[in-house]
Amino acid sequence: MPQETAQVNKSIFTPFNVIAGMIIFCGLIITVLRFTGGLGAVTNLDDNNPWGIWIGFDLLCGVALAAGGYVTSASCYIFGLKRFHSAVRPAILTAFLGYALVVMALHYDVGRPWRLPYPIFLSPGTTSLLFEVGLCVFLYLTVLFIEFSPAALEWLGLKKIRNLVVRLTLVLTIFGVILSTLHQSSLGALYMIAPSKLHPLWYSGYLPVFFFVSSVFAGLSMVIFEGSLAHRHLHHKMDETHLEESAGVALGFGKAAAFVMMGYVGVKFIGIAMDNNWHYLATGWGLWFLLELIGFVVVPAFMYAIAARDRNLRLVRWASILAVLGVVLNRLNISVVAFNWHLPSADRYFPSWMEIAISLFIVTIGVVVYRFVTTRMPIFYEHPDYEH
Amino acid sequence: MGISRRQFLGWLGAAGAGATAVSRAEAASNKQFDGYPGSFGILHDTTRCIGCRKCEEACNKVNELPAPEQPFDDLSVLDKTRRTRSDVFTVVNQFQKEDSQLPVFVKKQCNHCLEPACASACFVRALRKVKTGAVIYDESLCVGCRYCMVACPFNIPAYEYNEAITPRVTKCTMCHPRIEKGLLPGCVESCPKEALAFGTRERLLKTARRRIQKYPNAYIDHIYGEQEMGGTSWLTISGTHFSEIGMREDLGTQTASSFTAGPLAAVPVVVALWPVLLTGIYAISKRKDKIADEERIHAVAQTVADANEEMQVKLAKMKDSMAKEKEAAINLEVKRALEEAAKEAAESQQASEEAGSETPKEEK
Repeated sequence: MPQETAQVNKSIFTPFNVIAGMIIFCGLIITVLRFTGGLGAVTNLDDNNPWGIWIGFDLLCGVALAAGGYVTSASCYIFGLKRFHSAVRPAILTAFLGYALVVMALHYDVGRPWRLPYPIFLSPGTTSLLFEVGLCVFLYLTVLFIEFSPAALEWLGLKKIRNLVVRLTLVLTIFGVILSTLHQSSLGALYMIAPSKLHPLWYSGYLPVFFFVSSVFAGLSMVIFEGSLAHRHLHHKMDETHLEESAGVALGFGKAAAFVMMGYVGVKFIGIAMDNNWHYLATGWGLWFLLELIGFVVVPAFMYAIAARDRNLRLVRWASILAVLGVVLNRLNISVVAFNWHLPSADRYFPSWMEIAISLFIVTIGVVVYRFVTTRMPIFYEHPDYEH
Repeated sequence: MGISRRQFLGWLGAAGAGATAVSRAEAASNKQFDGYPGSFGILHDTTRCIGCRKCEEACNKVNELPAPEQPFDDLSVLDKTRRTRSDVFTVVNQFQKEDSQLPVFVKKQCNHCLEPACASACFVRALRKVKTGAVIYDESLCVGCRYCMVACPFNIPAYEYNEAITPRVTKCTMCHPRIEKGLLPGCVESCPKEALAFGTRERLLKTARRRIQKYPNAYIDHIYGEQEMGGTSWLTISGTHFSEIGMREDLGTQTASSFTAGPLAAVPVVVALWPVLLTGIYAISKRKDKIADEERIHAVAQTVADANEEMQVKLAKMKDSMAKEKEAAINLEVKRALEEAAKEAAESQQASEEAGSETPKEEK
């Protein structure tokens, strides 16, 4: 409590608050424009390019980068790596916020957001990969909400419900991994219906495998990246266990990510071999593809490996930034850059500034809520009443 | 008068539309679906088309679409290649052949796939193939996700981007409502050159083949839509290669749903196997912990036991040595006592010797 009063006394016009406030204000104005003028009023979408960055970034990257939730809870509770226990709560919180914001972003992108329950409750189109994505995201958001709730319940002092929920941990974790496997992969499979539109280097029968495997190291990298940010800004909220374990979490996750990323590079090349797309590598598209795969997957994988060997925390953190950017680049390549590659440049899509502003707005809301929760609820420390 | 064949089929289609909404056409499977038997199609013969845009006008009227900026008799519109839009369900495009003075005109609209990509992609079943052959759209279900537009290999569905509350996906309906009433589609009815023909798909395929056979020099030996993307109800024949008149020849003959059948088939596998696998991993890691715990307890017990034994040995040794010490001490004491006694005796002897002569006898 004393810290809160100190914050109030400090003045609310900190640089963070001012910038976040401006972005949110801007976002609210564009929100009004979006829901009064339609998508055409704020986006550069057109009939040839029906999906822009609200799908490519907000949905695809949002879901991939929120994979830290299932990866961390699985490693702790299923694989029994208890030394990662203190990383579970921050990861679950990020995942929960990530998915909640994905759903929020979808409300901007779809034409009639109040009908979003239709595919699940009214008229399920079970032949659609998007149905699978929708159902899994809906269920997984519920799972994440329950997984996150103990922190909130401890904060509120509701002991009985909290203890009940904690007993569900293993079942929820397993359910979470199943749902994540399904929707992380089917986000990639969404594009399998359009082989005539996506560049052959990115189109593959293995798209769902690529998306699932990359979501694993996206999640691992995001936990490391977010951990380093939290250390800088929320250090005072962390208890001894968290501080002691955090270096081990970063190095351990970095090591795991190095392995998974090299496996990913392997399947990517198998994908090229499978469709015999080698000749495309010598084109401009090929260079772009290699930049994504070598520059943003192989390089961070080696950085992780070296950092894990030398126990170099700084290198692990730099590698995590590069790996996160690599996943973002991959998702944008598939959804925007290499999609409709055959169309003349005049018919290609580039986001409007208002689309970018809404994406920024949604990320900002995520950061603000994350700060609100972590400065109040037992995320980086164990609640004194519930220590085990 | 009895009912005409067309009316009868129309009713059939209407009944089919309602009752058999879930059809194989929408389900992902690797079975070949050759279209509903007796379903309708349209044959577009580009060699007959003169680019008069009468079909566009009729389409606009029949579908009650807003009037275009330039009137339909303004043929300068043809200078630009166009695509379908939210208020334009069909367009005629003009292509200039290199080796000839005469341009080729091609009508573009929904091809009404036998197994439509859009219907397979729709997650609320707002799009579906009905028995008349048309692919139709149900506005009352549409969420506006636009995945149908992503999925369509022909880039046909358009979206009302400037509609804030009730945006729709729009496209040609093959005049499904008119077919049900026994009327011809608007475009077919208005075509002055019979470049469009309506009929059952089977009959149209025969017609197309006959024309190609009869005038082999006038046509490319290919019916566009017979195989493309698993076949479409709309068929096109042409004297020019299709890729030169804005129609992709690289789409293949597989249906769109066949591309997504694999990932969909993986869903039940994951749902069934993951819980087993994950619970197994959990059980193994738990058991490893348990065994490690047991081993630790055992090791501790062993150490304690070893320590005890050692202690016993030590104790025994100590006892032994203590006993020895004690004995030695006793012996020493005894010795000392004896010595003392001897000394005392000697002293007393000495004293008695000094005192008198009878005492030594007593002493003995």
